[in-house]
Amino acid sequence: MIARRSWTDAIPHLVLILGVAVFAFPIYVALVGSTWDAGTIGRGRLPLVPGPDGWANYDQALFGDRGGRISYVPVSQMMWNSFVMAMVITVGKIVISLLSAYAVAFFRFPGRMVFFWMIFITLMLPVEVRIVPTFEVISDLGMVNTFAGLTVPLIASATATLLFRQFFLTIPDELVEAAKIDGAGPMRFFFDVVLPLSRTNIAALFVILFIYGWNQYLWPLLVTSTREMETIVIGITKMLGTSDAQTDWNLIMATTILALLPPVAVVIAMMRTFVKGLVDGDK
Amino acid sequence: MATIDIRSVRKSYAQTEVIKGIDCAIADGEFLVMLGPSGCGKSTLLRMVAGLEPITKGEIAIGGRVVNDLEPKDRNIAMVFQNYALYPHMSVYENMAYGLKIKGMPKAEIDAAVKEAARILELGPFLDRKPRQLSGGQRQRVAMGRAIVRKPQVFLFDEPLSNLDAKLRTQMRVEIKRLQSQLAVTSLYVTHDQVEAMTLADRIMVMNAGVAEQVGTPLEVYRRPASTFVAGFIGAPAMNFMPGRMGADGRSVGVDGGLSFTLAEGAAAAGRPVTLGVRPEHLHPANEIPDATTIALRVELVEALGADTVVHGRIEGTSGPILARLPGTARVAIGDVLPLAPAPGELHLFDAETGRRMAA
Repeated sequence: MIARRSWTDAIPHLVLILGVAVFAFPIYVALVGSTWDAGTIGRGRLPLVPGPDGWANYDQALFGDRGGRISYVPVSQMMWNSFVMAMVITVGKIVISLLSAYAVAFFRFPGRMVFFWMIFITLMLPVEVRIVPTFEVISDLGMVNTFAGLTVPLIASATATLLFRQFFLTIPDELVEAAKIDGAGPMRFFFDVVLPLSRTNIAALFVILFIYGWNQYLWPLLVTSTREMETIVIGITKMLGTSDAQTDWNLIMATTILALLPPVAVVIAMMRTFVKGLVDGDK
Repeated sequence: MATIDIRSVRKSYAQTEVIKGIDCAIADGEFLVMLGPSGCGKSTLLRMVAGLEPITKGEIAIGGRVVNDLEPKDRNIAMVFQNYALYPHMSVYENMAYGLKIKGMPKAEIDAAVKEAARILELGPFLDRKPRQLSGGQRQRVAMGRAIVRKPQVFLFDEPLSNLDAKLRTQMRVEIKRLQSQLAVTSLYVTHDQVEAMTLADRIMVMNAGVAEQVGTPLEVYRRPASTFVAGFIGAPAMNFMPGRMGADGRSVGVDGGLSFTLAEGAAAAGRPVTLGVRPEHLHPANEIPDATTIALRVELVEALGADTVVHGRIEGTSGPILARLPGTARVAIGDVLPLAPAPGELHLFDAETGRRMAA
């Protein structure tokens, strides 16, 4: 019996440890790589223990001009751009979809289902399909190379709207009626009841949407052309050997690690609300 | 302090009429229970009083003021829902204070009102808890507290005890009764449970298929049911019905199976097809009631409930089952033939076609 129990404990653990190793090892390599100089990595024999050049690499990546070989944008600038873009997209998406889901779920108005299906249908058109017309619109509006141009087209979100709508439909009618009798108007009900109840969903969506925004590649590539507006994902790809010069693997790895930090921070921050929501759960 | 006047109220959803013209005047401080099977329209009527459903036709006035076009919040009512409808993310205190906060009442007054309600309902120790940390009975008390603090003119209860277990239901029933008489607020109460209706009500409105079959005090409804529906719905086990025909003398009724019963009061309808009703508890052993028609009941099933023994049986030569409620001490076995007789004055006569009451 005892042997059997230790086996049933051991196997899941083994699987989990293997899984973690598979996922974590590349990140570990990147972390270690960011602490050696370019030459060491360039020779193709990257040690698996941290090296001595960590501070220098990160300092140079964040603020440096890369020794003047190619005038890169400092990573701090790119991270700021990415952060603003991801934040505006996330907050914008959540606000817009909360409001539109609220309208579709709680109000009876003519054309309600038409609007609902219009939102739904946009789900079927991926960004890539509508990217040319979108670009045309944004450039005609003079929003190329601005944060507005970078974020506005990505804010509308059918997925989040649908998710919130489904959640709102689970709020019992009697709660709505109780609020009506208490004298709460629609906006009051939204802020006092619907919003607090949606906290867990908002936290979960925040994580997903922030990462979505942070990882945007194609759209920023199109809509920005100046170095000042470059986002970090684009920055990293641009660093990869486009010239004959030696690729600065140490800096690329430092940048990668830095690029990882904001999404991780968001996950950790939201995890609290998320878990609290799950534990508090119960209706 | 308010009366409620329901005048020719109708409600239709598209083509279907669910409330077919109801009139009722509820006095100030009265406790009116709307009783009926599910789908009879009792909740719909309550929701029209609350302002949660538009009124298709007719008028509802609260305290003499027609409220047809008023928002629920302007009707000065409070409602208690079946599933409590507490705000899950607010504490008990916040739940009760919410309506007052929206009204813009000063904080100190809100605090006093909530504390007072908590004292009446013995919710003091729970004010900081969330609804999910409370038991069903406590949640229902919070829902009632939320109603009390508003000091409304009218309380509306929509099957408030249906989600509670039997013991708690009895306890809460007593509490609601005590509270209502203490506060003397006009109340409308919807239920499908006749025991709740009988114990709580000043008057009962028995509803069926969108129509008020009868409005009367609990004892009126029990003693003089206005129709076969009311007679069959009130009282457990249900009243026995025997199809028959009015005798030529207008005082006796011959029922299928060849028996003839003499009524206390006559009804001038000789030869008419009628339904004769008698409650199971009004059938007694024949030797206790002299000069009465004796029913010979062949026993098919015996339910010994302790205090009472309910006997299911059949009269020889008829098809309908007859139930009798005898004292718990009665010794009855399946297959026995029991001689039973109805207590004097406890026969009910209904028109077989319309189902309406004809006489005693």
